[in-house]
Amino acid sequence: MITFTGVTKRYPDGTVAVHDLDLEIAAGRITVLVGPSGCGKTTTLRMVNRMIDPTSGTITVDGRDIREVDPPRLRRGIGYVIQQAGLFPHRTIIDNIATVPYLLHQDKKQARTRALELMERVGLDTALAKRYPAQLSGGQQQRVGVARALAADPPVMLMDEPFSAVDPIVRGQLQDEFLRLQSELEKTIVFVTHDIDEAVKLGHRIAVFQVGGVLAQYATPDELLANPANDFVRDFLGGDRGIRRLRFVQELDAEAAAERRAAVPEPAEPPPGGEAAAAGER
Amino acid sequence: MSAALSPVAAGDNGEPLIRWDWIGHNSDIITQALNDHLVLSIVPVVLGLVISLPIGLLCARYRWLYAPVVGLTSVLYAIPAIALFVVLVAFTGLTRTTVMIPLTLYTLSVLVPAVVDGMDSVPEHVRQAATAMGFGTLRRLVQVELPIAVPVVMAGLRVATVSNISLVSVGALIGVGGLGQLFTDGFNRDFTTPIIVGIALIIALAIAADVVLLVVQRLLTPWARAGSSRRAARRAVRAEPAMPEEAAL
Repeated sequence: MITFTGVTKRYPDGTVAVHDLDLEIAAGRITVLVGPSGCGKTTTLRMVNRMIDPTSGTITVDGRDIREVDPPRLRRGIGYVIQQAGLFPHRTIIDNIATVPYLLHQDKKQARTRALELMERVGLDTALAKRYPAQLSGGQQQRVGVARALAADPPVMLMDEPFSAVDPIVRGQLQDEFLRLQSELEKTIVFVTHDIDEAVKLGHRIAVFQVGGVLAQYATPDELLANPANDFVRDFLGGDRGIRRLRFVQELDAEAAAERRAAVPEPAEPPPGGEAAAAGER
Repeated sequence: MSAALSPVAAGDNGEPLIRWDWIGHNSDIITQALNDHLVLSIVPVVLGLVISLPIGLLCARYRWLYAPVVGLTSVLYAIPAIALFVVLVAFTGLTRTTVMIPLTLYTLSVLVPAVVDGMDSVPEHVRQAATAMGFGTLRRLVQVELPIAVPVVMAGLRVATVSNISLVSVGALIGVGGLGQLFTDGFNRDFTTPIIVGIALIIALAIAADVVLLVVQRLLTPWARAGSSRRAARRAVRAEPAMPEEAAL
C-alpha cells in the first residue's frame, strides 16, 4: 500500500503542483491518477520513487517512509514505465529488459532467461531479443518497457501515460493485455493518464485531479460516473457522455473480440478443428 | 602537364615534376617522416579528448560555463601556431612537445562542443528512465549517457584528427614537422618531388585515419545504424504479434 499524508509540492517560483494530498493506494490494484495537464498527476506519481521530493508531507510504501531509503535503491524496487518507453537505444531488447536485475548484481544468465520469459509474457516474439529498440514498432517498444519494469519483480509499478504514444488500436490491445497481465501478477500499480476512458477501463479506483494539484474525487469508476463530486469532475467526465463512452468502449471491445474469434480459422487451415477453437480461447 | 607550367617547377631546365628514383633512394627518410607525422597528429587528438571530456561534461551539466569555455577555445584556435611556437620554444625548446601543445589546444575547439552535443543527443526520456530504474549519477553517465553520445563525439574526433594531420606540417618551421619536413626540403632546393610526395602522403594519411575512426565508430555503436535499415523495420512489423490492420478488419 502507498499512502500520501498531507503531501504538498511547491516549486521555488511559487507554483503549487500538488496541494495537501491525502491518498491511499491499495496494494495489488490499479489506481489511476487522471486529470488535465498541469493538475499534478505526474508530479504525484514521481514523488513515489523520489524523482521529485515533496515540499511537505509524508509518503509511505508498505508502511515505510520513502525518505529513509536511498533513492537509487528505492527505485530499483519500483517498476517504472513512461510514454516514450525510455528504452536504452544502445542496448539490445534482452539487455534492456534485464537492466534492473543487472543493477542488482543478479546472475547475468539467470537475468537473461527471465527476460526471455517476460518477453513471452508481454506478447513479444523472443526472436526480437537481440534487436535494438530502434528496430521495433512503437507498440513493441512499449511492451519492452513493461517487461523491463517487471524484470526485478517489484511489488509496485508506476506507469506514466504508457500507452498514449501509440495509435488507438494498438493502445486498445496493450490495455487489454495489461489487464490480463495484472490479473495474474497483482502488482500495486499507479497509472497516470489524461484519458478518462482509459482511466475507467483500467482503474479499480480513480483519483481525479484538478488544476492546482487538488484531488477532486477519489472513487471507483462506477461511483465516479454515478456521482461526480463537483462540476469540475462532471465536466471532465463529459456529463453522461462519459457513461456512453464507457458503454461504447465495452461494446467495441466485445465486437472486436468476437471478430477476432471469428477471424481465427480464416488463414486457410484445412481442418478448422480443435486447434482453431483453442486459439480462439487464448 | 608540362613541368614548365607548374609554378613550383617554373624556371627549371626540364626537371620532371616527380623523380621516382628519389622516392626509392629516400624511403627511409619518408617512412620516418610518416611515422613522426602520425605521432604528432594522433597524440594531440588523444590528449585533446582526455582534456575535453571532463570540460565538456561540466559544460553540459552547468550550462552557464559553456559560452565562456567555447569563447576561450575559439581564442586559442585563433592564435597562429607560429606565435605559440615562439613563446613555447623558450620553455620546451625545439621538440615535439612544442609542436604538440598548440595542436592539442586546437582540438579543444572541436572536441569540447562535440562532447556537449553528444550529451545533448541523449534523449531526456532515456535519461529519466535510467534515473527511475535506479542508476546513480556516475553509473548513468558511464553506462547510458556516454555510450549514446559516442556517435556525436566520434564525429568531432574525426574532424579533429583530419585537421591535425594537415596542421602538423607547420611544425616544420621549427624542424619538427613530420611530412612537413619534405615541404621545407623541397622548397629549399627548388625540387618538387618531396613536396608532391608529402602532399600525397598527408592526404592518404588523413583518409586512412578517417576510415579507421569510422570503422571504430561502427564497431562501438552497432545500434546506431540499426534503426535506419528498412529491412529491419519490415522485419519488426512482421514480428508484431497482432497486426493493427488485422484487428481493424
